[in-house]
Amino acid sequence: MADLLEVTDLHTQFFTRDGVVRAVDGVTFRVAAGETLGIVGESGCGKSVTALSLMRLIPQPPGKIVKGSIMFDGQDILKMDDDDVRGIRGNNIAMIFQDPMTSLNPVLTISRQISEALELHLKMDKSEARKRTIELLELVNIPSAKKRVDDYPHQFSGGMRQRVMIAMALSCNPKLILADEPTTALDVTIQAQILDLLKNLAREFRTAFILITHDLGVVAGMTQRINVMYAGRIVEKADTGELFANPKMPYTWGLLRSIPRLDESRRAKLVPIEGLPPDLIAPPPGCKFEPRCQYRRDICSEKEPELKHIPNSKPDHEARCWGTQDGGWLVNTDWRHEIGDTRVLEAIKQETASITATDTPGE
Amino acid sequence: MLKYTIRRLLLVIPTLFFVALITFGLAKAAPGSPFDRNPDKPPKQEVIDRWNRFYGLDKPVYEQFAMYVVNVAKLDFGLSVVRQRPVVEIIGQGFPVTAQLGLQALLLALAVALPLGVISALKQNTIIDYVSLFFATIGTTIPSFVMAIFFIYFFALGLKLFPITGWGTPQHMVMPTIILAMGAAAFLARITRASMLEAIRQDYVRTARSKGLREQVVVVSHVLKNALIPVATVVGPAAAGLITGSFIIETFFSVPGMGREYVRSILALDYPVIMGTTLLYAFFIIIANLSVDLVYGMLDPRIKVAK
Amino acid sequence: MATASATQRRAAELNVLARKQRSLWQDAAYRLFRNKAAVAGLIVIAAAFLVAIFADISVGDFHFSIAPYSPTLIPQPPASQMEPLWTGSKYTDPRYLLGTDFLGRDILSRLIYASRISMVVGFVPTAIVFALGVTVGLVAGFFGGWIDQLLMRFTDVIYAFPDFLFLIIIVASFRTSAFGKIMDGLLLIFVAIAIVGWVGVARLTRGQVLSLKEREFVEAARSVGATPVRLMWKHLLPNALAPLIVTAAFAVPGAILGEATLSFLGVGIIPPTASWGGMINEGFPLFGTNPWAVLMPALCISIVMLAFTFVGDGLRDALDPRMKT
Repeated sequence: MADLLEVTDLHTQFFTRDGVVRAVDGVTFRVAAGETLGIVGESGCGKSVTALSLMRLIPQPPGKIVKGSIMFDGQDILKMDDDDVRGIRGNNIAMIFQDPMTSLNPVLTISRQISEALELHLKMDKSEARKRTIELLELVNIPSAKKRVDDYPHQFSGGMRQRVMIAMALSCNPKLILADEPTTALDVTIQAQILDLLKNLAREFRTAFILITHDLGVVAGMTQRINVMYAGRIVEKADTGELFANPKMPYTWGLLRSIPRLDESRRAKLVPIEGLPPDLIAPPPGCKFEPRCQYRRDICSEKEPELKHIPNSKPDHEARCWGTQDGGWLVNTDWRHEIGDTRVLEAIKQETASITATDTPGE
Repeated sequence: MLKYTIRRLLLVIPTLFFVALITFGLAKAAPGSPFDRNPDKPPKQEVIDRWNRFYGLDKPVYEQFAMYVVNVAKLDFGLSVVRQRPVVEIIGQGFPVTAQLGLQALLLALAVALPLGVISALKQNTIIDYVSLFFATIGTTIPSFVMAIFFIYFFALGLKLFPITGWGTPQHMVMPTIILAMGAAAFLARITRASMLEAIRQDYVRTARSKGLREQVVVVSHVLKNALIPVATVVGPAAAGLITGSFIIETFFSVPGMGREYVRSILALDYPVIMGTTLLYAFFIIIANLSVDLVYGMLDPRIKVAK
Repeated sequence: MATASATQRRAAELNVLARKQRSLWQDAAYRLFRNKAAVAGLIVIAAAFLVAIFADISVGDFHFSIAPYSPTLIPQPPASQMEPLWTGSKYTDPRYLLGTDFLGRDILSRLIYASRISMVVGFVPTAIVFALGVTVGLVAGFFGGWIDQLLMRFTDVIYAFPDFLFLIIIVASFRTSAFGKIMDGLLLIFVAIAIVGWVGVARLTRGQVLSLKEREFVEAARSVGATPVRLMWKHLLPNALAPLIVTAAFAVPGAILGEATLSFLGVGIIPPTASWGGMINEGFPLFGTNPWAVLMPALCISIVMLAFTFVGDGLRDALDPRMKT
C-alpha cells in the first residue's frame, strides 16, 4: 500500500540580501495513513519550514521550494496549480500552529473562523456549518460550546484557544494534520491535556499526524517514528522506541543527554550541546554537526555523510554519521558513558565564548 | 464603557474652562486695545471710555472673566468688538461654509486614501507603492498654502479652469476642497498602508491561508477588518484637524468660512470673536480625541467584549 | 585525531558570524546612510546651512555676502515686478537673475537672506522645546505623583488648542509690544513655538520614562545606589533617545513651517526683513502679474521641508527597523 505522504529530496530556500538561506536542504521521508511521525530539532533546523513547504505556505518572495517532490495521495503537491493546492489546504491536510494567541483572528468570532473551512470545502450552508462547529468544539472538550461559539478568541484561555485551533484543523476530516509545536506556548499542565486530546483524536479518526517539536518528551509518548533534523537535513530516522533506546548519532546523544532527569543527583550539572547551529547561508562543507561534535575526526569536516542504515540497530533505523555507519569508530560506543574527546569539547567551548562576547549596545 | 465615556465627557468642561482662561489671559495681557487700531485717527479718550463701558472692559479682570463664563453657559458669547454683532451670529454664518468644506475634503480624502493605502500595501515595493508613497510624502510635507500656490499656478492661471477666489458655485469649491483634502489624504494613506502592512504579517493570516481560502478572501475578510480599525479611529481627529486647519485655505481662497473670520479677528484683536471661535475649535478637538477611544471600543472586539 | 589548535581555527572559520559586531548607534548610522533619500535630504540641508551662513558674514569692517544685493535696499533705478531672466518675457532686467518683488528688491538676494530666518527658526525653538520638554517629562515620569498629574492636566488643556491657532493668537497678541519687536519679531516667534511645542515632547518623554522605569536595568542601577539624577540622566534618557530624536527631526521643519505660515498670514517676521513666508504674503496680491515672486519662495519652502522629511523618515527607519512603513 502506498504511503499517504512521500516527500523526496525537498529543498526550500530563502533568498535574502545576505545570501541564500538553505532552510530545508534535501529532506526525504514518508508518512503512512493513520501514523504519527515526530520531527525533532533545535530552533532553526528547518522543521517548521518543512511543514509549511508541505502545504506550499512558504511566502514566495523571499522563499521558494526549489527542488523535490511531495506526493500526497498519489499526486505531487509541488506540481499542482494554485486552485488545487487551496483545495487541499484545510481539507485533506490541515495545520495547527504554535501560538494560538496570534494564530487566531482577534476580530472574528471562532464560529466564523471554524465555519469558513466547512463552508468552503464541504459546501455546507451557514446553519449546517454552525451545527458542525458546535459539535467540533464539544469534541475538543470546550465546555458550554453552544454558548461560546460566538465568542472571540481573546475570551478564551491559552489552552482553550489551542483546542479551538485543533477543532479548526479537524473540521473537514483531513487525512493529515501538521502540528507545529502545538504545546510550546502553553503551560505544562495544559500541555499534557492537549497532547492527550491529539492522541485520542488520532486514534479515533485515524488521522495521520506530523508532530513538530523541539521537546523530546512530547514525541516520546505520541509518535510511532521520529525524524531528527539538524541544519535543514534529517540526521537520524528511527522508530520512537528504537531512537530512545539505541540512538546512533552524536547530535541525538547530545539531545538526550541534555534532558534533566528526576533521578539524577542534584549536584549533577546540566550537559548542553556546546556551540551554535551553523549559518544556513554558508554551511560548513562536511557534516553540518561537526563543529560541535565531540566525536569528530578529519573525515567529518571533509565530506558529508549520507543518511544510511547503521549496524547494530533495527532495520528502519538510519543515521547521518561517519562514526556510526559501517566501519565507523563509533559503531560500538556506549554513548551513555563515553562523552568523546574532552580537549575537543574545551576547544568548542572557547570558540563559542569568543564569538558570543558582545559590547553592550547604547552605552 | 458607558461610565468611562461619561467621565471623559465631564472632563470636557474643566478643559474648556482653562482654554477660555488662557485665551482670556492672553487677551488681557496683550498690549493695545481693540479700539485704537487705526494709528492715523486715534479716537478720543472719552470715546474709548464709552466703548470700554459698553463692553464691560472697565470692570476688574476677574469680574470680566466671571461674567464671560456665566454668559457662555447661556451660550452668549458677547459682541464682536470690530463689528458690534453677536459673536454667535458671526460664527453661525461662517460655520456652515467651513463645515461643508471640511466634510467635502474629508470624504474626498477617504475616497482617495483608503484604496490607495490598501493597494499600496498589497503591492509593496512596486511602482504603485512608490508613486503613492511619493504623493503621500509630498502631501504631508508641503504646507497647504504652498501647495495651493502651485495648484493655482497650474490650474487657474495656466489652464484657466477654476476661479481663484470666492465661494458659491461648484467650480469655486473644487480647488479649496482638493487642496484641503491633500494633507488629510496623504496622512490617511500612510496610516492605512502601515496598518495593512502590519496586519498582513500577522500569524492569523497564515492560518487563514492554511485553510485554503483564496487570497482575495483572506485580504477582505481577515486583513481589512483588522487593518481598518486604527484608521477608523483616526478619522475623528482628521476631521477636527480639517475643520480647525481650514483657515489657511479659507484665507487663501477667500472662502467666507469660520476660519477666515477667525484670522481676521486675530489680526484685529477682536477678542470676543477670538475666544468664541477658540472655544468652539477646542470643543471639536476634544470631542474628536474622545471619539478615538469610543471608535476603538465599538470596532475592536477585544475592547468591546472585555473578559 | 585532529589537533586542538587546528579544530579551533576551523571552528572559528565556520562558526564566526558573517558580519562584525556593531553597536546600536553605529548600526543606525549605517542604515541611515544607506537611505538615499535621507542622504539627499542631508545634502540639501547642509547646502541651506551654507547659504544661510554665507548670506552675510560681518566681522568688524569685513563684510561678505553671496547675495548680489541687499535684501532691503532698493537699487536705483527701481524696477519692480521684474520676472526671472529665463522666462524671456519683456519684463526682465539683466541686473536681477530671479526678478524683483513689488518694491523692486532683488528676489534672489531676499531668498538667500530669508534662508537665515528659516534655519534659525527651525533649530533654536526646537532646542528650547526639547530642553524644556525632556526635562519636565523626565521629572514627571520618574517621580510620578502630583507632579505627573499636574503635567497631564496641563497638557490636556494645551492639547485642546489647535496648535497653529494658539501660535497665531500668541504672536498676534504680542507683536505690537516691545518684546514682539525684538529681532523683527523673531524672538516672539521662538517663544510662541516653544510654548506650544514643549508640551508634546514632555508627554512623549514621560511615556518613554514610564515604560522604561519598570525595566530591570533601572532596578539594578538603583540597587547599587544611583541617585535619581544619575538614573534619569545616564540610564533612562539614553534609552528613551530614539523616538525623541525622530520627533526632533520632524519638529524642525514644523517650526520652519510655523514661521512661514505666520509670515504668510501677516503676523510673522516684521517686514522689511525677508522671510520666505513673508515674500509669499507680499507677492500674493500680484500673483497674476508676476507669479514668480510667489513661486520662488514657495519652492524654497517645499525643498527644505522635503529635505527634512526625508531625513526624519530615514532616522525613524534607521533607529527602529521594526517601524518600517
